[in-house]
Amino acid sequence: MSHDHHGPAKGLKRWLFTTNHKDIGTLYLILSLVMFFVAGTMALVIRVELFEPSKVLVSPQFFNQMTTMHGLIMVFGVVMPAMAGLANWLIPLMIGAPDMALPRLNNWSFWLLPFAFSLLASTLFMQGGGPDFGWTFYAPLSTTYGPKSTDFFIFSVHMMGISSILAALNIVVTIFNMRAPEMTWSKLPIFVWSWLVTAFLLLGVMPVLAGCVTMMLMDRHFHTSFFNAAGGGDPVLFQHIFWFFGHPEVYILILPGFGVISEIIPTFSRKKLFGFHAMVYATVAIAFLAFIVWMHHMFTTGAPLGAQLFFMYSTMLVAVPTGVKIFNWVATMYRGSITLETPMLFAIGFLIFFTIGGFSGLMLAIVPADYQYRGSYFVVAHFHYVLIAGSLFSIMAAVYYWLPKWSGKMYSECLGKWHFWLTMIGMNVTFFPLHFVGLAGMPRRIPDYALQFTDFNQLATIGAFIFGFSQLLFLYNVMVTAMRKGQDNLPDKVWDGAHGLEWTIPSAAPYHTFETPPHVE
Amino acid sequence: MSLPPMNMPRGVTPISHDIYNLHMITLYICCAIGVAVFAVLFYTLIKHRRSQGAKAASFHGNTLVEIIWTTIPILILVALAIPATIVLSRIHNTDKSKLNIKITGYQWKWGYEYLDQGIKFLSNLSTPQAQIDGVEKKDLHFLQEVDHPMVVPINQKIRLLVTSDDVIHDWWVPELGLKQDAIPGYINENWIYVTKPGTYRGQCGELCGAQHGFMPIVVKAVTADQFKQWVKAHQPKKQGASV
Ligand code: HEM
Ligand SMILES: [Cu+2]
Ligand SMILES: [Cu+2]
Repeated sequence: MSHDHHGPAKGLKRWLFTTNHKDIGTLYLILSLVMFFVAGTMALVIRVELFEPSKVLVSPQFFNQMTTMHGLIMVFGVVMPAMAGLANWLIPLMIGAPDMALPRLNNWSFWLLPFAFSLLASTLFMQGGGPDFGWTFYAPLSTTYGPKSTDFFIFSVHMMGISSILAALNIVVTIFNMRAPEMTWSKLPIFVWSWLVTAFLLLGVMPVLAGCVTMMLMDRHFHTSFFNAAGGGDPVLFQHIFWFFGHPEVYILILPGFGVISEIIPTFSRKKLFGFHAMVYATVAIAFLAFIVWMHHMFTTGAPLGAQLFFMYSTMLVAVPTGVKIFNWVATMYRGSITLETPMLFAIGFLIFFTIGGFSGLMLAIVPADYQYRGSYFVVAHFHYVLIAGSLFSIMAAVYYWLPKWSGKMYSECLGKWHFWLTMIGMNVTFFPLHFVGLAGMPRRIPDYALQFTDFNQLATIGAFIFGFSQLLFLYNVMVTAMRKGQDNLPDKVWDGAHGLEWTIPSAAPYHTFETPPHVE
Repeated sequence: MSLPPMNMPRGVTPISHDIYNLHMITLYICCAIGVAVFAVLFYTLIKHRRSQGAKAASFHGNTLVEIIWTTIPILILVALAIPATIVLSRIHNTDKSKLNIKITGYQWKWGYEYLDQGIKFLSNLSTPQAQIDGVEKKDLHFLQEVDHPMVVPINQKIRLLVTSDDVIHDWWVPELGLKQDAIPGYINENWIYVTKPGTYRGQCGELCGAQHGFMPIVVKAVTADQFKQWVKAHQPKKQGASV
């Protein structure tokens, strides 16, 4: 067969109109990287303001805009697009498909995002300022008291939501219909399994988020009172709807990461994943539990005893499948033949610090104690441990792991290691002390604080700068590798312990792959 | 130099003691599990390295160990859930309280109303703006001081009714072991029983707008006699008309 007319188009058009899963994957990853520095800069503004009690740099109003934007962009602009980028690049390669099932839709799913985020960012320059009610945007602070720009925020969330739903749909259809003939469910790579489960979570909850912001819009402009007590509505209803979306959302951020780690640890341990089936069941169990524990974010709202007990027990249960995963990863490494390349370092970092985040999560499940933790810096420390060590570390591990396959070139291992160690030190210096200030009684989302919290906050700010600036090493390393001319003559199987179809094609991966279905071992 | 506070205060109410104990038990259990898991992990990382000549084994499953490490965590969780359930049902029991105080959150101050005594006042941040702007030296209780603290008697069960007039606030005083959302349209019930006289400080615990960081809570716990005097001094004078 001759497919010589099939090379990529030239110039800007290639990227605007592309339907190629590899191009779209790259676009997602670039967007995510850009957004990472935007949201990271906002985090540094927050940390500078918190270097000392009393005003350092910004007004309380602007401080709230920064925390809101930082959270929103990290969640919707960094982690979700990065995971979507990995899905686009890897799912077709891993299941032996020539492309995603719905390539033109795929182009749409991506291109909605830059517009959504431009709109969101533009709110910072609007009269009255940007959203300042936290990424949780609780009513009535966001509805009755929100700035004018709240409507743009709502529209932007709608766009992100549509993008995610379309992308999830595409992923489900691809995995169901495009597998190579011999790719049975029990041979399906664990990363693909994780994304399949994640996609169902997305399909389940993004419409709920859309409904939530639509109700906000109605309350703001069309005289409804869904969330307004004075009009017969219920502000707690908002929280139920939000967290019915929001809790599964945090698993959407982490499950694909679980998949990544489950690919990387076996490779560098030169051993098969321990308990493949248990891993898949655990993922499904976590996803199921994710749907029934949303109220654990609302223990202080005054729910009846019975409800609190139910949500306490179900939340504690999540520790079981999560524990199984941790044990399985350790068992995979046990009696392996381990080497510590950069992707493996990030995977081990993930394992250790995600476990610590899991412990604080278990503590938060104990309702009476949660009364003391929630809304404090203890929670901030908890979710940064799971999000940075969980989602972010797995994304970085993935980029280092597959970059040689994507680009045909090897990144600088030395820079990669520096990046890892500085990132790890920075993250711990930032967030470990925040457990302490939280326990001692410092609420989150405050621009100034009482004197006894000063020392640990200063430490955290120093850590944040170490963390932030070491990401420039990542940027430099990846950019230089990707833009450098020529090829490194890498073998198909870049890592000697790697398994899977993506390692049977040349590195760099050609623009078109698997136009005839491959043979699965 | 002494270390700044690093842990949850043990507090001054029976519930805060219960919570503190639950917190410490859970923490210790987590530490124990952590030590076990990380010990195996680091052992593997040191011993089973290719640079140490390690050859990879070929096992990739073992039903027995998988059953064990599913069951043991479940047992630990059950052991934790029991005391947590007991404490939680104690928290929900507001019976037999002697004094009723209604707490209302406003943007950005707290209102206190002693329902049986007819006392009503607002409690505002009393830290001067100059200290917040950083042009004046800060007091010891910077941002945790108010003009009119809430005054309560010790050794009495006091029922708190928490609500809000605008957005959601949250009444949080760590040493009383109490955090309760103040939600417009809702009246949330909770209770305290302070065992030690003293001044206890907290803050609004739910983002409520620009001045969210500036609505502290100060509770002064006094003896029953002192409380009686405080009530007398603050009760509104009866209007003469009734004679
Ligand atoms: C350099 C690394 C980071 C630093 C220094 C940092 C710092 C902060 C700080 C200081 C806050 C404000 C906490 C508060 O006042 O409540 C915050 C909030 C938050 N961060 Fe980060 N963060 C970092 C990375 C991340 C990442 C990677 C994610 C997610 C993937 C993330 C997600 C969030 C979320 C969801 C919030 C809550 C926002 C809100 O309160 O509405 N952060 N972060
Ligand atoms: Cu408030
Ligand atoms: Cu507040």
